[in-house]
Amino acid sequence: MTRRRDAVVSHALLVLASLVALYPFLSILMLALNEPGRRLSGFALPENPSFGNFTNAWERGGFSDALVSSLIITGTVVVVAVLLSVLAGYALGVLDLPLAKVVVGVFLLGLVMPYEATVIPIYHQMKEWGLLGTYPAVILPQIAFSVALGTVWMRGYFGSIPATLREAGMIDGAGKLQVLRHILLPVAAPAVGVLATLLFLYTWNEFLLGLVLLSDNPDARTTPVALSFFAGNRRESDPGTTAAAAVLVALPVLIAYVAAQRKFVQGLLAGAVKE
Amino acid sequence: MTSTTTPRAGRDHAPGREVPAPALGRRRRRRRDWWGYLFVLPALAVYVAFALRPIGETAYTSLFEWDGLTLATWVGFGNYTELFESGVLQSTLGHSLVFLVFYALLPTAVGLVIAGLMTRIRIRGLALFRSVLFIPQILSSVVIAVAWRWVYDLGGPLNAVLDALGLGGVTRAWLGDFDTALVSVGLIGTWVQFGLCMMLFLAGAQRIPRELYESARIDGAGAIREFFVVTVPGLRTELRIALVLTTIFALRNFDIVWNTTAGGPGTSTTVPSVYVYQGAFLTREVGDAAAVAVVLTLFILVVVGAIMAALREREAR
Repeated sequence: MTRRRDAVVSHALLVLASLVALYPFLSILMLALNEPGRRLSGFALPENPSFGNFTNAWERGGFSDALVSSLIITGTVVVVAVLLSVLAGYALGVLDLPLAKVVVGVFLLGLVMPYEATVIPIYHQMKEWGLLGTYPAVILPQIAFSVALGTVWMRGYFGSIPATLREAGMIDGAGKLQVLRHILLPVAAPAVGVLATLLFLYTWNEFLLGLVLLSDNPDARTTPVALSFFAGNRRESDPGTTAAAAVLVALPVLIAYVAAQRKFVQGLLAGAVKE
Repeated sequence: MTSTTTPRAGRDHAPGREVPAPALGRRRRRRRDWWGYLFVLPALAVYVAFALRPIGETAYTSLFEWDGLTLATWVGFGNYTELFESGVLQSTLGHSLVFLVFYALLPTAVGLVIAGLMTRIRIRGLALFRSVLFIPQILSSVVIAVAWRWVYDLGGPLNAVLDALGLGGVTRAWLGDFDTALVSVGLIGTWVQFGLCMMLFLAGAQRIPRELYESARIDGAGAIREFFVVTVPGLRTELRIALVLTTIFALRNFDIVWNTTAGGPGTSTTVPSVYVYQGAFLTREVGDAAAVAVVLTLFILVVVGAIMAALREREAR
C-alpha cells in the first residue's frame, strides 16, 4: 500500500516540477500569441490567436541579421574549438607528454574563471585591432574558453580508452596523427558529438561577450544581444512583441534540443566537472 | 579522478629482468615526446592569448586609475582600499552570497529531497521528465529574463494569482521594489537550476546499491534516517558536481541580473559582474571595475576550492 502511495506522490511531484519548469516559457508563448496591442493581464489565454506580434518583432528587432550572426559565430567556434580540443586532448591523454599534468591544470582553471574578468582587456585589445563590432572579436575569446572545456573533456575520454587499443596502432608503426584519425576518433565519435552539442549551447547563448564587443554594430549582434536591446527599448515594443521576440530567439535552440535531446542531456549531466 | 598515469612504453609487458631495455626506451621516448606538444600548441595558444593573458592584464589594470581613454595613473592597491571603504565590495559580494543561497543551495536541497523521496520506487517516463526539466538549462538567459519579467510584471501572472487568492494587498512590481528585487532575481536562479540538480541526484540514486537500503531498513531506519545515512552519502560525487556547477553560475551571474533589473533598483541587486560591466563600459572607472573583477575571480576560486575539498572523493578511482 505505502509503495503505491509513494509511487503516486513521486509522480505527482515530477509532474508538478515539470509544470514549474515549463511555465515561464509557456506564459510568454501565450502572451505572444495575442493580437498585437491588446491589453493583457495575468493568465488569459489568447482569444484570437495571431502571429502579428511575431511578424512585428521580426521586422523591428533585426532578428534575421542576428540569426545570421549567431549562426556564423557559433558554427566557427564549435568547429574550430572541437578540432583544437581533439588534438590537445589526444596529446595530453594518450601521448606520454612531460608536464602533461601541469598543462591540464592550466586548462582546468579556464572552467572556473569568469568571462567577466577578461572582458576589459579583450575589449581594449579588439579596439586596438579595429575588430570591435566584427565576428572575430567574439569568436576568438569564445574559442579560448571552449578549448579549456574541450581539452579537459577529450583528454578524459581518450584517457579512458583501453591502452591496448591505443597502442595497437603505434606498434604497426602508424604516425600519431593516423592513430588519432583511424583508430581513436571513430571510437570517440559520441564523446565528440556531446562536446559539440555542449559548445553549441554555450556559444549560442553567450551574452556578455556579445554585449561588450558587438553592441556598436547592430548588424553583427547575436540573437541574445539583439533580444536584450529589443526588450530594453520600451518605446519600441509592448509586452506582446517582446514576448514574441523572446520566443523567436528561443526557437532555434529548442528545435536543436528536440532533435538531439540525448546529447544535450548527457553533456549537461556530465557537467563541465570531469577532472 | 580520471587516471593520470599515461601508458609508458613497455611498462605493461616488460618482465622485471629486462630493466635496462625499457629504461633506455623510456629515455628515448621522453625526449621525443616534447614533439607531442605540437598537438597541444594551437589550443594552448588561443587559450593563453584570449583567456589567461586577459586575466593577468585585468589584475594589472586594477592597480591604475583609468577612464579607458586617457593616460592611466598608478594607484597601487588604492582601488581596492577605496572599494572596501566605500562599501562597494561588501555590498556586491553580499548580494552574491544571497544568490549563492538561491542559485546553488536551494536547488541542491530541493533536488536532494525530491530524489530522496523517489529512491523507493521505479519511475515511469523518466526520460520525458528529464527532457522537460532540462529546458531551463538550454534557454538563453536573456529569454529567461524576458519570461520572468513578465511573470513578475505588475499585470503579470504572479500578481493575478495573488489577486485571485484575495492577496491583492501584496501585489507589486516585484523586480522594481527595493524589498523584493533581490529575492525575486534569486528565485529565477533557483528555477534555472532545480531541474538539473534533481536529475543529477535521481541518476546518482539509481546507482546506490539496493542492499544498503535494505540493511538500513533491517536496522530499523525510517525514511528520514535512510535519507541521511544512505542517500546523501551515496550522492557525494553528484553533490560535488551540482554544487560546483551551480556555484560558478551563481557567482558569475551577469546575464539574468542585467536583463531583469540591471542591478537596480538603486544598487539593491548589483553583483560584482554587473559592477564590472558598469564600471568598465558605462561609468568609465576601469581600474575599479578591474579590481572588482579580480576579487570576483579569487572569490570563485576560493569557494569552488572549498566545495571540492569538502566533498573530495574518498577512494581514488
